[in-house]
Amino acid sequence: MINVEAVYWLIGALFIAWASLIARDANHPHRLGASSFWGLLGLCFFYGTWVQAGTAPAWILGVAVLGLVALAATGRIKHGQTKTSTPAEREASAARFGNRLFIPALTIPLVTVVLVLAAPVLKIGSTPILDPKNTTLVALALGAVVATIVAVVLLKPKNKLGPVIESRRILESIGWAALLPQMLSTLGILFTKAGVGTAVSTLVTGLMPKGSLLAAVIVYCVGLFVFTVLMGNGFAAFPIMTAAIGWPVLVQQFHGNPAIVFAIGMLAGFCGTLCTPMAANFNLVPAALLEMKNKYGVITAQLGTAFPLLVVNTALMYFLAF
Amino acid sequence: MLVLIGVLLVIVGFAIRLNPLVVVTVAGIVTALLGGLNPLQILEAFGSGFASSRSVTIFAVVLPVIGIIEYFGLQEQAKNLIAKLARLTAGRVLLAYLAIRQITAAVGLTSIGGHAQAVRPLVFPMAEGAALRRYGHVPEHIKERIKGHSAAADNVGVFFGEDVFVAVGSILLITTFVDTTYHLHLEPLQLALWAIPTAIAAFLIHGFRLLRLDRALDREFANTTTADEAAATAGDTK
Repeated sequence: MINVEAVYWLIGALFIAWASLIARDANHPHRLGASSFWGLLGLCFFYGTWVQAGTAPAWILGVAVLGLVALAATGRIKHGQTKTSTPAEREASAARFGNRLFIPALTIPLVTVVLVLAAPVLKIGSTPILDPKNTTLVALALGAVVATIVAVVLLKPKNKLGPVIESRRILESIGWAALLPQMLSTLGILFTKAGVGTAVSTLVTGLMPKGSLLAAVIVYCVGLFVFTVLMGNGFAAFPIMTAAIGWPVLVQQFHGNPAIVFAIGMLAGFCGTLCTPMAANFNLVPAALLEMKNKYGVITAQLGTAFPLLVVNTALMYFLAF
Repeated sequence: MLVLIGVLLVIVGFAIRLNPLVVVTVAGIVTALLGGLNPLQILEAFGSGFASSRSVTIFAVVLPVIGIIEYFGLQEQAKNLIAKLARLTAGRVLLAYLAIRQITAAVGLTSIGGHAQAVRPLVFPMAEGAALRRYGHVPEHIKERIKGHSAAADNVGVFFGEDVFVAVGSILLITTFVDTTYHLHLEPLQLALWAIPTAIAAFLIHGFRLLRLDRALDREFANTTTADEAAATAGDTK
């Protein structure tokens, strides 16, 4: 079986490969800092396997993670100048290969989707080939590997390591933002452990006027929205707000249809995801990937959709569920 | 209530634009201390948090193939392709992507699209190519806006498309949580069905904004051109 841990090892190996490229780049402004950051990050992906299995102490990984943050915070991972093709070379190559350039890019989703759909029947004996708990992740990683091979065969780069060399350029433009989604997810766990959820829901319920259905619907939807903005994730907000208002007030007291209340409530939370830097993998990493000057540029573009949609969700719940 | 200090730290830190990694780490440590964790437990929390969230860094696996096809001119080819289609504008390109992203997510194909594998190499260059064809040149601040909207189209499409599919994480989270906590028996299909009105509203609102983006760009270019001409005329009289 291809376990999801194999995917994490592939990611770890890539980070280490990028780190060694940086280590050998004499012109890099922060050669030592940047290569240690990416190298250490890569090692963490391997070590994480045993932490996840409970067979290695987690605090060592904790020390390493804080080390990564320290390297990033002291500005040691600024990116170097990677040599790549010139705009003129790219135009010439685009003219030469034409639409064939799209083939590797389209191979990724194609292979992924085929594998996801075929996963239930892909078995050796009774063992599934793809990790059944993480089919999409494993399928995406395989899709990416196949697409890389297709690209190398099709485009015949002079250096067979071209894919790794060229992706270092993209990685360095993402920079420390690559670590942020994982740090936020840790913060979410710490928030939950420390009881931030209960504190917020006490606060929110205290503000709610008793006996008004409209007020209860608004507090539930807006509460999910605000909570998602703070936690960066609707999944963390949902159980807490539902325990505070969704179930006791909207369903039990006002006899709302639970399927409608909960489905629309979750979507009100998603409006919050559009507005928050805490949802780094959706909002900050893409800004870095696109090399935007304003790292909040994606959020700015989404605000105009998030707020009207929150109003629509509140209205839909009020009119459909009761 | 004291634990909310951590939340406050995050808000202030992001607002004054400190390095988000530092903000998040400090907020995490403060929250953990307030919650009564000892230093060893805090380190363990960071370690196990990292280990259990490695899946969000999955975008790294698509970078090699994207890197090499970009080297061979993928973005340029995406621009060229769009430049041939006269009726396409930046807003319409993004509207088409929004529709594709939302529909494929609604049938469970969330792995079609995504920021690393679709938005950077294909969607943004196509939208930029359409703007380039229409206006002749695309200044930096317009590029920024198109970039922001390219990523936004992906997010809006996937968020409000995937919930229409029954086997997605958020639907399963609702049913598991509600069924175990309140002893209800909700069918995933019911929840997915009631996600459809919001999905339609999201498409209408965001689609409308993308079409308005075109008009906003038109206006902005009209202004810049007149300003340029004015500057040029002023230059002539000197």
